Order: sequence, then structure tokens, then C-alpha cells
Amino acid sequence: MITVKELTKRYARNTAVDHISFEIQKGQIVGFLGPNGAGKTTTMRMLTCFLPPTSGSATVAGFDVLEEPMEVKKRIGYLPETPPLYPEMMTGEYLSFVGSLKGLRGAELKQRIDYVSERCAIADVRNKQLGKLSKGYRQRVGLAQAIIHNPEVLILDEPTAGLDPKQINETRDLIKSLAGDHTIILSTHILPEVEQICQQVIIISKGKLVATDTVDNLQNRSRGAESVFVEVAGRNGALDTTLVQARIGKVSGVSRIVLKEKHPAHSTFEVETQKDHFVRGDLARAIVEAGWDLNEMRSAAVSLEEIFLQLTGKQEATPREDAVVAGASK
Amino acid sequence: MRNVWLIWRREMRSYFVSPIAYILLLMCAFIFGFFFWSLLQAYLQFSMEAQMRGEMFPMNMPEEITRRLFGNIPVTGLFIIPLITMRLFAEEKRTGTIELLTTSPIRDGEVILGKWLAATTMYCCLLLLSVLNVAFLFFYSHPDWKPILVSYLGLFLQAAALLAFGTFFSTLTKNQIIAGAATFCACLLLFVCGWIGEYNSETWARVLAYLSVSTHMESFTRGTLDSKDLIFYVTAIFVGLFLTARSIESLRWRS
Repeated sequence: MITVKELTKRYARNTAVDHISFEIQKGQIVGFLGPNGAGKTTTMRMLTCFLPPTSGSATVAGFDVLEEPMEVKKRIGYLPETPPLYPEMMTGEYLSFVGSLKGLRGAELKQRIDYVSERCAIADVRNKQLGKLSKGYRQRVGLAQAIIHNPEVLILDEPTAGLDPKQINETRDLIKSLAGDHTIILSTHILPEVEQICQQVIIISKGKLVATDTVDNLQNRSRGAESVFVEVAGRNGALDTTLVQARIGKVSGVSRIVLKEKHPAHSTFEVETQKDHFVRGDLARAIVEAGWDLNEMRSAAVSLEEIFLQLTGKQEATPREDAVVAGASK
Repeated sequence: MRNVWLIWRREMRSYFVSPIAYILLLMCAFIFGFFFWSLLQAYLQFSMEAQMRGEMFPMNMPEEITRRLFGNIPVTGLFIIPLITMRLFAEEKRTGTIELLTTSPIRDGEVILGKWLAATTMYCCLLLLSVLNVAFLFFYSHPDWKPILVSYLGLFLQAAALLAFGTFFSTLTKNQIIAGAATFCACLLLFVCGWIGEYNSETWARVLAYLSVSTHMESFTRGTLDSKDLIFYVTAIFVGLFLTARSIESLRWRS
């Protein structure tokens, strides 16, 4: 459905997208993952013919974005980072305008407006001004305008950014429900979102393609190693953090301990474990047996950054000052 | 063509849903009304004095009034035109709706034409207010309607050309105020650059005088249709819209 070959976008001073190639099959939901400024939006803008690539090529539904932009535009629904809404228009009027722009007319247009309003749950705000809608509604109207002409390809730039948790879930469900009819690319920097919705992941960083894989594979690759937050308190109102770090470091399977927060009586540490080692039991026992209190233990969410590091096998450029490498203290 | 109509309709709605259109209409109603009233006063005074001296009133009063009135309207236009065009593209760039237009199956030219036509329609609505004043003359006397019509054509063409340049300046920035100020500056310069020709007959001064939008207005206000001036305005419209198209295209390469 979408083929991208050596796609590059260069600006005067920097390269936003650097020789990216990937392919997306019909009917799939693909997550475009990367930290802010990685080049996600730029890539999407090139696919939607908003920006021309500096070099390389991209074809959408069999049409080249440079050669036949009109054909590509007819087959694409695009939701930019901020939904492109005219604040002074009514919701219904806006959908009618966008539908007409995309080439719908008459009865078909009416029917599609009814359909998308129902599908995106915006029927109750059809006679409200767009400028007065809440963030959640604006996002859904944005989604409605993207699917109004039943496009083969849907490109969604951070569709859940800025929504509250309930709205995020609703939007994710909506996107999932659209998967059968459309090929969907959505960009995000939230990892669980990709795990929930997508079948395939494309990870980019600093304009370069880092990995492209199925979600299952990615999860397997990143699982195993985990981070645990532990809050330790001293019984007598004082706590020697270096002692705690040394003690935890001796637990087998611990690869690194970072002091996160330091108070006189209690402190919080982030404990990273080696792959396939389940250390929580040993960790708790070690702390209690040493005569400290274990106030809290919870797993830290694996951040995208860490996934990157794992996937690319790169070491962190600047090691954190207070990190104690487990092996060294033994 | 359908897309031009779509864009035009949306622009017109946004003029008339927001207070912009009504404020401009109100402004123009006052300004044109004042011009007309003060001209009428002046000529009443003048004709009364002439009568007291026992002279015949030497000129055609209604025509003199419309000529002066049509001389004043472009000056008002200088202030009005930036207000009409400044939001056309600047607003779309600021709110991000430009991405909707550029990723829809619609040509840049259609967007530009639709927007420019909406701006000229808006200006025509304002011009129509002055027709109210002129109608009074028809009510009380019998002026020749043909030169008046030609004058209106001139007013329309001049404004259409300046509106095209205003549209162009609106594509250059996200900021409406900058777009408006640049348009005002350009309109004013195009308006007054002919003055140099009055004192100077070197080639460059004559070229500058030729480029002025106001010098080409004279034939229209005299009630004559000069193809030379007609072509000048039509060319100016094309140049303005062409620059707009180039600017929109470069937007894609720059942004």
C-alpha cells in the first residue's frame, strides 16, 4: 500500500529525514514511533504531499507523491498534529466543506457526514462552533474529517496527544475499529499506545530508521530486562545510601542501581535488572534482612529511550553520576 | 471551478460570521456618507454664492460630486484593503488549516482564486454602500449613469489589483498584522509612486508614474474606457495572483 524508498528531507541546516525505507501492507495499523523531533511529522508530511522530498521516493496506493500528487491526495486521509479546524465554522458545516473538497457531493456527502459523525461520536456537536469544542471533540472532528471520503490510507499525527485518559482510550478504540477498511499510519511517542493498537512498528530517531518490526517481536526483545523503583527507609531515622546501594548491588540479576531521591530517613532507588532475571523477591528480602524498611516497590515503565538503547545496542553517552555499576561493587 | 466556489463560499461565510464584515461595512457607510455629505455641502455653498452674484452655476453639479466622491473612495480603499486580505492565508498558516487545503485534491490555483474572489466580493459589498449615496443624486436630479458605471468599473479593477497583492502578502507570514502592514505599505507606495512623474520627466520617473495605480484611474473617473488602463489593471491582477501562486509553492519547499 505504501512504499517508501530512501526518502530524505534536507533543510538548509539539518537533515530531518535521512534515507528512510519501509513498506506497509494493506489493512495494517502501523505505529510510527520516535522521540519528539525524530522526523515523524516530516515523513508523514511527505507522504501526504504537503512537503516534497529532497530525494528518494514514496508511493501511496500505487501513486508517486511527486508525480501524481492529486491521485495520492484523493486516497489519503490526514490528521495533522493540531486538527485543521476553522474555529468559526459549525461542525456539520465543516465536515460538509471538507467532504466537498475531497470530491464528495449530494446524497453521498450527506450519507458520509452522518456516518462519520456517528462513528466518531460527534453527532451531538454538529451544530456547535468548532472553536468552542473541547480538546477531545476537536480531535474526533479531526479524525472525522480524515475519514470522510473513505480513504484507503489514513495518516494520523499523534492522534491522542493532549487528550485525557478516557478520551485516549476512546480514540484508540476508534482507530482500531477503522483498521479493517483502511491502512493506517499513526505517529506517537507513547510506547503502550503502539502495543495496544498497532501490528507493526517503525522506529525512527534523529531522522534515521532504527528498527521496523512487528509489535510482538519488539515486545519480546524489550521484555526481560526491567526497572524497579524501591523506596528504602532506615529504622533509626537515618539511612546510609551507599550502604544500601552496595547491598542491593549484591543481589544476583541486578545490573545497575541509581539513586533517584535522597532524604535523611528514606531514599528512592531505581534498580535495573538483567534480562530474564526476576529479582523482586530477592531484592525485598535483601533490604529487609539488612535491617531497613521497604516502603515501596513498583516497576518503572520502560521508556522509549530504553527501548531505543536496547534495540540499537548503544550505550548511554554520559553515564549518570550516581550510578553504581553492580559488578564493580562486588 | 467547483473547488473555487467551495473556497469562495467558505471565505465569504467567515467574513460574515465574524464581525469583520460588519465592522468594515459600518466603517465604509460612515466614511462614504461623510464624503458625500461634505461634498454636497461644499457645492451647495458654492452654487448659492454663484446665484447671489447673479451668475449661472457653471458646472454639472451631480457629476462633479460623483467625480470627487470616486476620487476619495480609493483613498479609503488603501485602509480597507489590508483589512480584507490580511487574514486570507496568514490565518490558515497560523491555525494549521493550510495543511488541510494542501493535502486535499485541490489545486493551489483554485484556492488562491477562491480566496481572491471572496476578497473582491467583500470589497464590492463595501462599494455598494457608496451606491446608496449616488442613488440620492438620481433621486433629485438626472446625472448621466454611463460615466458613473465606468467609474465603478475603475474602482473595482483598481481594488481587485491591490487585493491580489494583499493576498500575496498574506501568504508570506503567519502574522496577520505583518501581512496587513506590508499590504498597506505596498498599496500606499503603488498609490503615490506616480507623484514623482509630476516633477520629473526622466525615464525612470515615467516608469514609476506608469506603475502607479492612481494614474490609471483618471480615465475611468472621467467616464472614458481606455483599453490601456484596463489592460494595466488586469495585468496587475495577474501579477499579484501569480506572485501568490509562487509564494504558496515555495511554502512547500521552505516549511
